[in-house]
Amino acid sequence: MLLIHCPYCEEDRSELEFRWAGEAHIARPDAISEISDEEFAEYFFLRNNEKGLTYERWRHMHGCGRFFNAARDTVSDRFLMTYKAGLPKQPIPVAEERAAAAEEKTVETWEATEGDAR
Amino acid sequence: MSAPVNAGAFRIKGAGRHTPARTARFTFDGKSYTALEGDTVASALLAHGVHLVGRSFKYHRPRGILTAGPEEPNALLDVSRDAARRQPNVRATVQEVFDGAKIASQNRWPSLSFDVGAVNDVLSPFFAAGFYYKTFMWPKEAWHKLYEPIIRRAAGLGEAPKEEDPDHYANRFAHCDVLIAGAGVAGLTAALSAAATGQTVMLVDEQPEVGGALHYDASTMIDGQDGYDWAQGAAARLKAMPNVTLLTRTTVFGYYNHGFVGLAERVTDHMARPDRDLPRERLWQVRAKKVVIATGAIERHMVFANNDRPGIMLASAARSFLNHHGVAVGRNVGVCTAHDSAYEAAFDLKRAGVSIAAIVDCRADPGEAVLAEARALGIDVLAGHSVTDTSGRLRIASMTVARNGGGNARKIKVDALIISAGWTPSVHLFSQSRGKLRFDQANQRFLPDIYAQNCVSVGACNGTDDMADLIDEAITAGGGTLALSGENRFEWTGGMIGAAEGAGPDTVVKAFVDFQHDVTAKDIRLAVREGMHSIEHIKRFTTNGMASDQGKLSNMHGLAIAAEVLGRPIPQVGLTTFRAPYTPVTYGTLIAHSRADLFDPTRKTPMHALEAAAGAEFEDVGNWKRAWYFPRRGEDMHAAVNRECRTVRDIGGVFDASTLGKIEVVGPDAAQFLNLLYTNAWDTLKPGKCRYGIMTREDGFIYDDGVVGRLAEDRFHVTTTTGGAPRVLHHMEDYLQTEFPHLKVWLTSTTEQWAVIAVQGPKAREIIAPLVEGVDLSNEAFPHMSLAECTVLGVPARLFRVSFTGELGFEVNVPADYGADVWKAISARAQGLGACLYGTETMHVLRAEKGYLIVGQDTDGTVTPDDAGYGWAVSKKKTDFVGIRGLKRPDLIRDGRKQLVGLRPKDPKDVLEEGAQIVADPNQPKPMIMLGHVTSSYWSENCGRSIAMALVAGGRARIGETLYVPMTDRTIAVEVTDVVFFDKEGGRING
Repeated sequence: MLLIHCPYCEEDRSELEFRWAGEAHIARPDAISEISDEEFAEYFFLRNNEKGLTYERWRHMHGCGRFFNAARDTVSDRFLMTYKAGLPKQPIPVAEERAAAAEEKTVETWEATEGDAR
Repeated sequence: MSAPVNAGAFRIKGAGRHTPARTARFTFDGKSYTALEGDTVASALLAHGVHLVGRSFKYHRPRGILTAGPEEPNALLDVSRDAARRQPNVRATVQEVFDGAKIASQNRWPSLSFDVGAVNDVLSPFFAAGFYYKTFMWPKEAWHKLYEPIIRRAAGLGEAPKEEDPDHYANRFAHCDVLIAGAGVAGLTAALSAAATGQTVMLVDEQPEVGGALHYDASTMIDGQDGYDWAQGAAARLKAMPNVTLLTRTTVFGYYNHGFVGLAERVTDHMARPDRDLPRERLWQVRAKKVVIATGAIERHMVFANNDRPGIMLASAARSFLNHHGVAVGRNVGVCTAHDSAYEAAFDLKRAGVSIAAIVDCRADPGEAVLAEARALGIDVLAGHSVTDTSGRLRIASMTVARNGGGNARKIKVDALIISAGWTPSVHLFSQSRGKLRFDQANQRFLPDIYAQNCVSVGACNGTDDMADLIDEAITAGGGTLALSGENRFEWTGGMIGAAEGAGPDTVVKAFVDFQHDVTAKDIRLAVREGMHSIEHIKRFTTNGMASDQGKLSNMHGLAIAAEVLGRPIPQVGLTTFRAPYTPVTYGTLIAHSRADLFDPTRKTPMHALEAAAGAEFEDVGNWKRAWYFPRRGEDMHAAVNRECRTVRDIGGVFDASTLGKIEVVGPDAAQFLNLLYTNAWDTLKPGKCRYGIMTREDGFIYDDGVVGRLAEDRFHVTTTTGGAPRVLHHMEDYLQTEFPHLKVWLTSTTEQWAVIAVQGPKAREIIAPLVEGVDLSNEAFPHMSLAECTVLGVPARLFRVSFTGELGFEVNVPADYGADVWKAISARAQGLGACLYGTETMHVLRAEKGYLIVGQDTDGTVTPDDAGYGWAVSKKKTDFVGIRGLKRPDLIRDGRKQLVGLRPKDPKDVLEEGAQIVADPNQPKPMIMLGHVTSSYWSENCGRSIAMALVAGGRARIGETLYVPMTDRTIAVEVTDVVFFDKEGGRING
């Protein structure tokens, strides 16, 4: 079970209190009724689902109720940072990134351990 | 003193740590035995010379006790207190004997010593690796009738109890600075070190007492005293410290993300008469800042022909039975080893008066120190020899020994054979924490390498063999300082993985690798030959390591055998991933209190008890219990619903609508916010008025609906569907917080704050009028879709003039605590006037008669407002709302979309099945072109016929057409109509 830092409560709380809310930093277009079908598809349907560093939204559902942003490494499940909604995408400090990258190599992943079973 | 009890002929006087006077009686397969308190079932049976305890899974071969710990693959027994308190597949080496225990062997019929299933052993050529995959492939039809029932009957060991589990289980959350898994020398030392610094420490061990390897290892000295005694003293000191929690009989079964650790504590399984207030087991969910893994190592067996007979066991197990339990595993014991540790077992047994037939060591050069000691004790050592076979039907009778590389084999009589191929570090928890292992080529073992979490491995599980090094490592891991010395009597050398001499690739013998799943060395080689080159494939094809012991003994042997055939080094073949739980955990422990009434919360409205008293049948709607219908004496559901439907339209009815979701939307920008969240326009709604609203998602599909009332310029009372309330609030919060944060709006869920009593029908006004104060209820002053704050029976209320029946209707909202009293008064008055109580079924029928939509029944997430016939609810003037762009997508505006229409079966008595498909031509070839499906269908007493709603392609253009609903036994012709079946002019609502 993940331990998640709520940037509003300023506390590490159990994953049980939170609800995942999809990829972060996808802004609703201002003049949304004017955008093209392609732009709408890009905005509403298409997600990157990246392996490794991911920016995502969480809601402290059973706590303060606030939505916030998180940078998480989907390989190690390590939270590199959480920050309040509305703030721009926060850069991950280089050292952290390197540590995350190093971790990615060493962590036992499905691909590393079982992937070649394909 | 009473007469000496017979605690077993194999008890060694003066050996072991149990008190001879403290006994417990138990039965095994109906026969009664006496044990000593502290015995495991395994040690107690061995004390009476009982080795045969079970039959193997596949071949039904006689099996004995292989280990003395949680890694046991063979000795799985059925343990019970009474009929309901029975558990199958209990490891005899873990379960402590308690007075009155009833223990039974498994997987045998008719008896343990004569088992019909043993014919499988003779037929074993037919049960090679991958047998199931190859045999049960075809014919396909045989699966249901033949293969599956046979496999199901044969599958699995043991039999689950049929009674409900009468025990209860507990759940506890904890936090600590350091959690230490394992209380052997390393764990205890780390705990002493950490505790002295003031950190909060949890020290956890699966055995009843601390000590770990010191249970069997009687030659190690710590701090100048006997190791086991030191351990008990250390435990006592730790227990006395306020910052230390010491848990025994507790398994660290899982190491998850972010220092989250799962523990299973066995609270009462060892007690003869447990206090019924005690939970049987307790689940601990611990968040540890740091984890010290001190889980030791597990001895491996030797892989040679017929290495599975009862009486063959690990050397350390024999040592544990002798030194801890005071039990000799035989009178004339053979030793088969590739590692020095087995010598110490032989020494201990020899000193206890047991004859050692010979130590057969497959190494040419055993450790010098143990060799010298063996000579001094007069034990025959056959170095460079191997055990190539054994004999004995229900217990080993002899071992066949031959010089490596050929030479004459000779049989040596034994009544037990102790074996050791060396030690496998227990890296399970480290791997679960996602740490990366490395292969220690010199010692042929995997060791922790790179850590993924804040944890550290110490001692044998980290490959640290020397006692002084181990103590240093543990002190450092604990973070404190400590002066402690320790010494092993012998430095151990040796070890091997893979098949032993005589069980190599050129042989066809049964040399077992995995005892629980009956996997032999031959099976693994066959898997490789048949193309399984990944260890994950080999594992699945042979089921090696897939039994409930998860290959604690077999994985390394299996890997080495596969690597040999593949001609690849072991690290390249790889290791299968260790998964939680480390040992099996009962469902009782995992679910703890979440069973029966506590499995899922039940939501009841304030009027629930009154409705139950009025005879209501209830239906589940989400977690809610809703009154479904109110049958009178002699009425079935159909009759009750027909009566309720008639009465509401003829006179009136009272309905509990409290489960409707309610959200208070407040703030200067409240109207603007609702403009963005609903398709309708809200700024034009005057205070004191309500409007039906539709909410779409960004993709344009209907998400929810409900009546919204405006109480003031800055205050709206929003209602949602019963099931949709939580997600609608979440959806609103999402937009408010992240897309429209500039809007000054506050959202509050008020679903549970208001009790809602709907009063519907021609006499609705007459029913409530005398109870209402502060509002003129006349049609002119308070027309349809009005809203007022007033009092009802003196209780502050919000009164809505709304209708989900098409009749004159009101919804009385009062604070939940007054709900029951107001319901009582309104329903009494209503019934006095000839009106009735009605439930959700009647509500469904009445609204269908009017063609009113139910989101989630008549829509399914692919229906737009226009599809549902509610295009009028989508504002054409607004420049933005959630869904405005989605609604313009080409597929959403094309012709021929499915639209909600009414269906009238040609035979008015035919009630269609909801979900039934609709076609234009019932005689077309299959697969037919399906135009849509029935979404709602009822018998309408008020229309005197059946009615239905359906989503039909191009539906509104088909009004008047005849379509068909093909059923399995007939085809029903239906006429497409509009959705309003009753009071088409809609005058009744304004009554």
